Amino acid sequence: MNILVVQLLNALLYAAILFLIAGGLSLIYGVMRIVNLAHGSLYAVGAYVMAWLVGGLAARLPAPALLAVLPLAAAAVAAVGALVEPAFLRPLYRRAEEYQLLMTFGLLLLLEDLMRFVWGPTPLSATALWSSFSPVTILGAPYPTYNLLVILLGLVAAALLWAFVYRTRFGVLLRATSQHMRMAAALGIDVRRIYLQAFVLGCFMAGLAGAVIVPIQGAVLGMGVEALILAFVAVVIGGLGSLEGALVGAVIVGLVRTAAIQYVPELELAILYLIAAVVLITRPSGLFGAREARRA
Amino acid sequence: MNRGAASTEAMPRPAPARTLGRAGYVVALAALLLALPFIPQVPPFQRILLSYGLIAGITALAFNLLLGYTGLLSFGHSAFFGTAAYTAAFLVRYLHLTSMEAYLAAGFLSSLVVAVVFGVVCVRYTRIFFSILALALSQVLWGLAIKLFWITGGTDGIRVPSPTLLFGLIGGGDDKLTFLATTYYYYVLAVFALCVGALWLVVHSPFGKALQAIRDNEVRAEFVGVPVRAYRLAAFVLSGAFTGVAGALWAPLNGHVTPDVLYWPFSGRIVFMTVLGGFKSFGGPLIGALVFNHLEAYAVGYATYWQAVLGVVLVLLVLLMPTGLVGAGARLVARLRRS
Repeated sequence: MNILVVQLLNALLYAAILFLIAGGLSLIYGVMRIVNLAHGSLYAVGAYVMAWLVGGLAARLPAPALLAVLPLAAAAVAAVGALVEPAFLRPLYRRAEEYQLLMTFGLLLLLEDLMRFVWGPTPLSATALWSSFSPVTILGAPYPTYNLLVILLGLVAAALLWAFVYRTRFGVLLRATSQHMRMAAALGIDVRRIYLQAFVLGCFMAGLAGAVIVPIQGAVLGMGVEALILAFVAVVIGGLGSLEGALVGAVIVGLVRTAAIQYVPELELAILYLIAAVVLITRPSGLFGAREARRA
Repeated sequence: MNRGAASTEAMPRPAPARTLGRAGYVVALAALLLALPFIPQVPPFQRILLSYGLIAGITALAFNLLLGYTGLLSFGHSAFFGTAAYTAAFLVRYLHLTSMEAYLAAGFLSSLVVAVVFGVVCVRYTRIFFSILALALSQVLWGLAIKLFWITGGTDGIRVPSPTLLFGLIGGGDDKLTFLATTYYYYVLAVFALCVGALWLVVHSPFGKALQAIRDNEVRAEFVGVPVRAYRLAAFVLSGAFTGVAGALWAPLNGHVTPDVLYWPFSGRIVFMTVLGGFKSFGGPLIGALVFNHLEAYAVGYATYWQAVLGVVLVLLVLLMPTGLVGAGARLVARLRRS
């Protein structure tokens, strides 16, 4: 029983992180029609910035105050995004899609090594924040409070994002651009600005995911690509370009992965891809993808 | 989108005189490659390095059957290279086979099977979906190679000793360096020539033309009566199987197979070589592979941040030189001729 509760919470924790990454990936795709292969690396940048900030500030600030550093790390990643979009992606919108993929792949290679250059090959950790909260007991099972906070954060992020996209003027512009870019432009929407804002928002979410995970598992090289692949599985299951899909996909991946690690650790990835493949074959545009998956 | 224009540029109707000239170059180049072991100024190391380059060349040409000719960008070609390399290693480890022909046949078949399985899923999609599905599926194999360590040796990998060639006719009796630098060099060269010839025939066959039609306009191709999805699958399987031949050749040359050949950066290298040379022409990926292979051999020692260098070059290629080395070279030659 205890193990079940703990595993369920772990699955939700995992889903919360994955939602932040997959949601950003999906948002960027929905609006800009670009799959950002560097998205996982941006998540890793968030993790490294957070670990670096916590390392510098842990001695000076009381531990719970370090929570305030989370948005700082996310903002740093958003700033990276604000530089990347105009410099590297904007020149490519009119070119064939292969070039956009190649470009984001080039950025992925570049970012991965840049992290190694700046922060070195040894993993960084920020456990000060994690261990500053004493564990709570849920249904007889002790569980770290910080992990609960992360799950909560995932829920809040999902709610905020939903309100943002469906209940604000900016959300209307975003959805209009996503549905028909040329029509939106013809109606006077500054599409270029919407693109930049969507990309920066996606990067912010990825950075936030990286920042919140660091106190739990540390920042390692290669975490970005692993996250990219899992986020992609979540997005494929849910439907690329749909936020609801990203949420459901993240929960499914979180649950399946936790269960697989518990029972058949060797086949963890294989099972996830099997699920993704089944979803793709039966519902090509994902569970929530209303739009046609291949705009041939 | 100027895909139509790009493709006419890629496939100029060869004038008879030009074809003759091109054939002359090919013959001269073949003679040079054959004579290489007899030139004492070329150290054995260079021939081994060139063997790696030729194998990379097969990989890039096979990959380009998808990217350049069918318009599908796969980020998962490490799967086929790695499958074949591991198949060769399994033949050594579990069946104690030493015949290179067995490695090649098994490598070709195993990567063909993997390509059929992956292809059935992947070619339902095009563009981004295709690319990342291929990436994701290839990473499943990588995960298996690492986690099923009692079969695959995990991250330690499996050793592959020098094989016997031509159905045991030529044994690996010499010391390893001589064998790899001379006998095996010729073997790689022969297989390379066969693969390039086969891929050339595929590309210039009616099937190859149909693939280009699919790339340029899927809807029109469908209306003309091309079975689009079946042809895409066929291209995917052919591409995977030839990549497998390269993987099987590579295993004894490298002497050691590790999960690295299944990992995504390896797929990235294949993409990089092809784009570097230029995917709009038949020979471009080959040039890209040879250049990349030599650059890597010399630069890795100096540049700790080799991956970042690749990233920067890729970004610059996409922004400034989308037709690669071959396209830029052709433009330079054209400009020099005019002046």
